[in-house]
Order: sequence, then structure tokens, then C-alpha cells
Amino acid sequence: MANEWPLWEVFIRSQHGLAHKHVGSLHAADPEMAIRNARDVYTRRNEGVSIWAVRSSDVVASSPGDKEALFEPANSKIYRHPTFFPMPEEVKHL
Amino acid sequence: MYAQMVDTGVRSVKGQAEMTTEERAFQARIDADIRIEPKDWMPEAYRRTLIRQVSQHAHSEIVGMLPEGNWVTRAPSLKRKAILMAKIQDEAGHGLYLYSAAETLGITRDQMVADLHSGKAKYSSIFNYPTLSWADIGAIGWLVDGAAIMNQIPLCRCSFGPYARAMVRICKEESFHQRQGYDIMLSLSRGTAEQKAMAQDALNRWWWPSLMMFGPPDAESVHSAQSAAWKIKILSNDELRQRFVDQTVPQADYLGITMPDPDLQWNPERNHYEFGAIDWSEFMEVLKGNGPCNRDRLATRVKAWDDGAWVRDAAMAHAAKRASRQQVA
Amino acid sequence: MGAGIDTAVDTATDAEMDNERRLFDYLLRLGDSPLVLAQRLGEWVGKGPIIEEDLALTNVGLDLIGQARLWLSFAGEVEARYAGKRRDEDQLAFLRDSGEFRNLLLVEQPNGNYGDTTARQFLFDAWHLLVLRALADSADPRVAEIAVKGAKEVAYHVERSGDWIIRLGDGTDESHAKMQAAIDGLWMYTGEMFRADATELALVDAGVAADVRALEAPWRQTVEALLAEATIAVPASGFMQGGRGRGGKQGVHTEHLGHLLAEMQFLPRAYPGARW
Repeated sequence: MANEWPLWEVFIRSQHGLAHKHVGSLHAADPEMAIRNARDVYTRRNEGVSIWAVRSSDVVASSPGDKEALFEPANSKIYRHPTFFPMPEEVKHL
Repeated sequence: MYAQMVDTGVRSVKGQAEMTTEERAFQARIDADIRIEPKDWMPEAYRRTLIRQVSQHAHSEIVGMLPEGNWVTRAPSLKRKAILMAKIQDEAGHGLYLYSAAETLGITRDQMVADLHSGKAKYSSIFNYPTLSWADIGAIGWLVDGAAIMNQIPLCRCSFGPYARAMVRICKEESFHQRQGYDIMLSLSRGTAEQKAMAQDALNRWWWPSLMMFGPPDAESVHSAQSAAWKIKILSNDELRQRFVDQTVPQADYLGITMPDPDLQWNPERNHYEFGAIDWSEFMEVLKGNGPCNRDRLATRVKAWDDGAWVRDAAMAHAAKRASRQQVA
Repeated sequence: MGAGIDTAVDTATDAEMDNERRLFDYLLRLGDSPLVLAQRLGEWVGKGPIIEEDLALTNVGLDLIGQARLWLSFAGEVEARYAGKRRDEDQLAFLRDSGEFRNLLLVEQPNGNYGDTTARQFLFDAWHLLVLRALADSADPRVAEIAVKGAKEVAYHVERSGDWIIRLGDGTDESHAKMQAAIDGLWMYTGEMFRADATELALVDAGVAADVRALEAPWRQTVEALLAEATIAVPASGFMQGGRGRGGKQGVHTEHLGHLLAEMQFLPRAYPGARW
């Protein structure tokens, strides 16, 4: 039982040019196997053209307790969102 | 329904007054349809119930590969063989997604497998029935997958994020499973007299166990109230069962085969089919381990796992060797 | 118009008819090996050493069934060009007896343990890829087309099975012993992969078939390099099964094939004429 294959997180980039997206996890003994298993498990229906596999234990995650400190300041920076700037209707291509 | 009678470990649903501050905040999030994520605070009973439910669901996918796998080598055409292999492969994938969802709750897959093999964890009773003819492969796709999908679609909205996301993926992939089953039944019902008899025989054997898949009547479901409050069970057993009957009877009519239930009849006032009494004693016997295939199914899983131990160990040993060589270099 | 076609058939030379017969036979050789191997892989469904492997091995099986269907469908078309009958992929797969099967002896060998299955897969994959790549230049455009499609899939198969040979060969003492035994046990079935009989040679001359005699050296190179990395000894080239023109490609099989077919063909045999 101590010998369980480590867990990996799988990220896949689809054909549409979007960024890699987390699709799930799997077990693999080594990096090559992680990529091959990801291909066999998560791209059975042509879902992607590029795969990342990351050891789950190597993922650094924010903790839910920090949510306010990490994300609420962004709520007050609405100028980062393009809709903050109303444009005159006559002006195109902005 | 792949997870039946999941024990919530609680005797009654707590009222607001009995809850701690944390529990109240947790329930408020669920009531507001905010998903619970693995690192969020959750009541221990919620975590344990989910582990039981999701792992049972995963075990059902994996054990469920066996009755269908029984016919892979005997599929009657190359196309049917390929479709069946792809379908069973999907089930392996679904088991894997679900084990992964359960792993986010702090249990390893190895532990879940050990619990299945020791008999501590359950899987759906339906897979303890035998596949005796090719028509059974059609009946499983049509009835068993049909019943499972009915249960799984609402679970896409369940409160636990990883489980809900796994369900979304599974439902997307599973849309072809029920159709391939019905397609087999269609071919048989349009075939020779022997093939039609095969289809009828399969329906006779799979109909009642399919209805039992939804679990005992609501009145006897001890744990449903808590699971509903936690939104890890969305619709009740009887509700789902009725939907399933209403949906399936016309499909059987189209095939020209007869439901093995003399009491089955349309009730225009209720706008539902009425159906006969389910033999729950059979269900309880199967749960206790006395179904036709309980022993075979579990023994097959245990053997596959034990036979694979040296392979899994070798892969780890090789990975360790390579890692140490890289460090030296 | 119909008369024109009849005339063409009537005037087809014996030599042309012989070529079609040979091509039919050759297409069975190309299709039966993936078919039989896929059938063997189907026996693993639900019983692999870990779920991830179950999925991966099934992918290989699905690729091989797909390839078998393309070869056998084409074989049926070719047969119709010279014989008065037209068989589809299923009639060819399910209604021929073992003596009419043209697969390699290697692929009909039983699954054994996971090491045996992996060794069988790798020895075949390495050969299969070379054959399909050679066939990409076939003078017959259909052959070339099917081969190109298959080669893409098989390039992945050989990487996967090769990785596993290394893991098991250079894993634990137990896995090393099992992998060595697996390679040793299957080695004698690899000889016929590189022997060409008159049927194949005539098609090689016509530019249609791959010359397997030329593939032995690159195959050995691939296999020996990989076995070295896996710390597995290359078996001393001893006696090879399937010699003297009496191997799988000529329809002379091991006892295993009959049992495999009995299981695979049961339904179409038990219910003649039924459609599924």
C-alpha cells in the first residue's frame, strides 16, 4: 500500500487555442507514463493537442482562509475590466 | 443508480439551533448553491458520506466492466466488438474520474480498493447479475445505463465540486452508452425468431433488477433526508424510479417486447405508469452477497489486483532507479 | 456498358487473376494479425494491473480492430474481383476456420502474465511499424492509404510497449525474471516475421508488398537496443517456429488459434445468417 503510484494533475490544451485547462487526475509511476496515461485517459475523444502533467504534491494552492486577502482587493479594481470605460457609440474598433 | 443506500452516519438532520457556527455557514453555502471544494471546511459526516458515496460509485464502474467484459471476446461483429470495448473503456475512465474525486477528500485509491476487496465498501447490486446472452449486453446499455444516467444527470448539480465536475464529464461521455444498448436491442428485435426470444429473455431478467437500482422506497430510506439537505442526492429513489418506468415502457413497446410485469398499466389521471410490487427481499439478498455473481465479481477484481501487484511494484522500482541515476548524473 | 465489363473480365489474363489472389492472401496476412491480437487484448478488459493500464491497453486493442476492419474489408473487395463471391469484414473474421487465417504465430500466443502480454506486444509492434512504414510506398494506393493511417497509431503502440519492457525488465528482481522469461518464451515465434514465401515475393516484385527480409536488421536493432536498456538478454537465435513455409502466414497455426476462434466466432456460427 505504501507503494501506490503517485497522483498527477492533468492539464489539456484543446485545438481552439485556449490555455491548458485542468481536466482531472490520474496515477502514474513516472513522468512518461503520466503523459501517456493522460493521453489514453483524457483524450479519448480528440479533446486536446497538448498535455501537461504535474505531480499533485507539487501543486501549490491558495488556502480558502486566504480568499478575502487574495481575491477581494481585485473586486475594487474594476478599472481592470474593459466595461469600466464607456465609449462613445460613434467610436469603433475599441 | 450506482450508489445505493449510502450511510450518512447521522440519525437525523440537524436543525439550525443544533448546528455550530461552522456548520451553519456550511449549510448556508449549500443552500445558496455554492460548491464545496476539497480545502473548504466541511462537517466530518459530510466528508465521510461523500467518500462512501463516490467510492461506491467508482467501484460500481469498475466492477460493472466485468459483466460486459464477459462478452467482448464473443461480440458478434467487429463493429459491435469495437463499440463494446470503447464503452467498457469509458467505464474504466469513469471509475478513474470518481476515484480521483474521492481522493480529494483525503483517502487514497489503494485504500478504497482495499475496502472494496475486504467487503467493507459496496458497489451497485445490479452487477451481481450474470450476462447469459448477447442480448444482455443490449439490455445493460438500455436499462442499466439508462437508469444510471437518470441518476447521474441531477448529480452534475451536487454540492461537492470535484464530484459534480466528474459527473459532468461522465454524463457527456455516457450519452452514447444507452443508445448503443438500445441499438443492439433494435437489431435483435428486427432479427430472427431466436434473436427476438433472446431480447425478450434479457428484458425478463434485467427489468426488475434495474428498478431495484434506484434503491428502497423513499419511506424506508433512512439516509435520504440528510443527503438531500447536503445536496449530494438530488431526486428521491421513487421519483427517479417512476421517471425511469415512464421513459422505458414506450421504448419496450417500440421493440415489440413485453415487460415482465402483469400489473403494469398506464394511469391517465396520474399521468404515470403504475407498476407491480418489487421483490425487495431479492434486493436485500443480493446486497448481503447472495446474488448470482457476487463471489465471482469480487474474486475477479481481487485476482486482477493481486496479479498486477508485481507490475505496479516494478514500475515504482524502476522510477526510483531512474530518479537516483539522474541525481548521480 | 455491362458488356464492356464482361469483356474485361473475360480477357483478364491468368497472370492478373493470380495477382489478385495473391493480393487477397496478403491482405488477410495484414488484417488477421491485428485482429487476433485485438482479440487477445480483449481478454484483458477489466482485469489489467491498474485502471490506467486497462484504458491504455484497450486503446491499443481498439486501434488494432480498426486496422483489421480496413484490411479485411479491402480483402473482401479484392476477392470479389476474381471470385464469384463477395465477403464482408465479418464474414471473413467470423466464418473462416483456423487453416484459413493468415496471422503471425506470435499474436495468437496466450496472454500469460502482464509481462508475457507486454513482450508479445512489443515484439509485434516493432515489426508492425516497420511493415506499415514500408507499405506507405506501396504501388497499390489503397494499401498505402491504410498503412499510413495505421502507422500513426502503431508508432504510439511501440513507444508504449517499449517503455513497459524497460520498466519491467529494469524494475524489481521478480519483474526482471518474468520479463526475461517472456522474451525467451516468445522469441521462437519472431523468425517467421521476416520470411517471405512465393506469394509475398511476387507482390514485392510488383511493388505492392513490403519486403520483410529487409526489415529484420532494423527490427533487431530496435529490439536489441531496447532490451539492453531493459537489462534483458537477447535470446540466442535458435530454432524458429513457422519455417519451411509452414507458419501462420500459410495457415499452419499453434493449437491456441482454434480455441481463440471458437470463442470469437461462436455467435455467427451458432446463428447462421443472423444480423447483429
